Amino acid sequence: MLEIGLGHYLSVAAILFTLGIFGIFLNRKNVIVILMSIELMLLAVNINLVAFSSFQGNLVGQVFAVFVLTVAAAEAAIGLAILVVYFRNRGSIAVEDINMMKG
Amino acid sequence: MLATLVVFLPLIGSIIAGIIVFMPSDDKEVQSRRDSAAQIATCSGLVLSAFFAILVFKDVALDGNAYTHELFTWLDSGTLEVSWALKVDTLTAVMMIVVTVVSAMVHIYSIGYMHHDNSIPRFMCYLSLFTFFMLMLVTASNLMQMFFGWEGVGLASYLLIGFWYNKPSANAAAIKAFLVNRVGDFGFALGIFAVFMLFDSIHLDSIFAAAEGKKDTMLTVFGGEFHALTVICLLLFVGAMGKSAQLGLHTWLPDAMEGPTPVSALIHAATMVTAGVFMVARLSPLFEYSETALTVVTLVGGSTAIFAATVACVQNDIKRVIAYSTCSQLGYMFFAAGVSAYSAGIFHLMTHGFFKALLFLGAGSVIHAMSDEQDMRKMGGIWKHVKVTYALMWIGSLALAGIPPFAGYFSKDIILEAAYGAHTGIGQYAFWMGIAAAFLTAFYSWRLLFMTFHGAPRADEKVMAHVHESPMVIILPLIVLAAGASFAGYLGYENFVGQNTAQFWGNAILVLDSHPALENAHHVPAWVKFLPLVVGAVGIALAYVLYIMSPALPGMIAARFQGIYQFLLNKWYFDELYDMLFVRPAFKLGRGLWQTGDGLLIDGIGPDGVSAVVRNISRRASALQTGYLYHYAFAMLIGVVALVTWYLFAHVG
Repeated sequence: MLEIGLGHYLSVAAILFTLGIFGIFLNRKNVIVILMSIELMLLAVNINLVAFSSFQGNLVGQVFAVFVLTVAAAEAAIGLAILVVYFRNRGSIAVEDINMMKG
Repeated sequence: MLATLVVFLPLIGSIIAGIIVFMPSDDKEVQSRRDSAAQIATCSGLVLSAFFAILVFKDVALDGNAYTHELFTWLDSGTLEVSWALKVDTLTAVMMIVVTVVSAMVHIYSIGYMHHDNSIPRFMCYLSLFTFFMLMLVTASNLMQMFFGWEGVGLASYLLIGFWYNKPSANAAAIKAFLVNRVGDFGFALGIFAVFMLFDSIHLDSIFAAAEGKKDTMLTVFGGEFHALTVICLLLFVGAMGKSAQLGLHTWLPDAMEGPTPVSALIHAATMVTAGVFMVARLSPLFEYSETALTVVTLVGGSTAIFAATVACVQNDIKRVIAYSTCSQLGYMFFAAGVSAYSAGIFHLMTHGFFKALLFLGAGSVIHAMSDEQDMRKMGGIWKHVKVTYALMWIGSLALAGIPPFAGYFSKDIILEAAYGAHTGIGQYAFWMGIAAAFLTAFYSWRLLFMTFHGAPRADEKVMAHVHESPMVIILPLIVLAAGASFAGYLGYENFVGQNTAQFWGNAILVLDSHPALENAHHVPAWVKFLPLVVGAVGIALAYVLYIMSPALPGMIAARFQGIYQFLLNKWYFDELYDMLFVRPAFKLGRGLWQTGDGLLIDGIGPDGVSAVVRNISRRASALQTGYLYHYAFAMLIGVVALVTWYLFAHVG
């Protein structure tokens, strides 16, 4: 029977984190997907925190994870609010259309 | 003092006209008053100048008071000391008369001829300026001053050929004249350098005094030893060839006919083109000591005389016929100088000045009457309408063909007799060339007369209805010149080349005893004396047969001898030859330097290259700025990864 160790948790977290990164960079459609990807990366970090906290018997890590969840929720709310305003102004939230900083 | 006035009055007139050029007015009334002011200023200057020139001539030539009037020092550097001075002797006095009288007539003529032009002050300014430079040339007391005048007349010639500067052909002709003359001027300049090297002075009086002592000196040129005076004379003669349109450097003269007709008469017939002859005569004390140089002068003169005469026979532009005729007559003057009959050359120069100016101005009058038509094939049958011009053209042609008692008879015959009297091989060559040219001269002169004035009218009705005699202001100068063409020969004969020669010329011309051509000229066999007259009459008769009795004949002859006809019509293909040898290679070289040297190398590597590299880099740099958020984020991430990796390896691992 396979013993689930720290390495496995960390692997899952790393995979999730990488998925998040790719979600940001390969995404050509929608800004919302970017927000979701960022959320995914934060969750990956949370898994790391919880995993380390559990294996070291130190609760501080889990407290941190709760804080991160709270902040992430706030951030998602603000991000979505900006998106709504942006959509009202420019009529599109397709990633390709957001290139006003092009030189 | 009078000589100073003669020289500077035209300059003053020119300056006044020049000032008027710079204050044009839109008001027609005002402008026409200003035009008149310019005309009055220049014409009165020239008429006064001509009057004083006659006084100078009387004083200097007839009474024998040659002098040099020092104005002020120009340069004083080491042993080179050059001053502005007027050297007035018989030669100068004769040239002064020719220049000022012809110029004065041309000035007056221009009032009528340029009547419709809208830049009259500019024209008058150039004409007077030319006259000033020409007088500067003939009064020069040193070679540098002569060169100053020499270049000045070249400049004026350039300006006047290109006077109608919106005509591309006129601009091309002006540039051509300037460039071809540059070749000659280069020779002249080198000649002056050589003179300074040999004599350590360029003052005419001092080099003439020293010439005899240097007659055996050798000069090293490109490693070879050459007779110094021969080198000098040949170099100077190259200058004379350019200015006087001799064979080889003649191509600019016919093209110069693009200028207004008064210009052709003044500059390209009567005065400037004779500067070369004047220069050879003036430097006779140098030329006399170089047999080689004299032989070359004779050869070139004789060849030019026959060459230009053959070409003149087939030209159809009335002015070009006369232009080639000028070229041919200049050839006569040169071979006269070449056989040491300088005075005969100058005599012909003077008579030629009168009758050739007359012919040109007469042609101008015809062109004026024919509504600016210059092609003789479109003239004909107008003599009833322009009787005065017709009569004057006859006088000019008679003088040109050398029919007594007109001026050309005396001067041309003495030249031919002198050539015969030289008793040298080259003299014989020049003599026979001159006889052949005399025949052709008579032929083409009457061809011109018959084609222009006789036969059926070939112009359209509109032009024919408009044919009219020119106004008095045009006719009057013609009459004065006709008087010169009629009597100058007879009046001048004794003094110029007859009994009083030695006394008349004084020290102005040196002829060694070993060159007795002019003396022998008076003792040649009778047939030599009559031959020019006979061939002249035959030439006239031939022209009569071909152009009056059976006008279809010339066309048939041209068709029969197509090769020769084309050869002559294309002026012996000189222009094509030069085009191939010099013009096109020069263009090619220029284009090569422009496109490869300048465009490719200098621009390509220099300004254009640097800017292209900068532009290229900046374009790539700005392409990095896509504006997509995730690209920036990715860059940031890459940075973080790189930093962390480095940190781990460097500090932890």
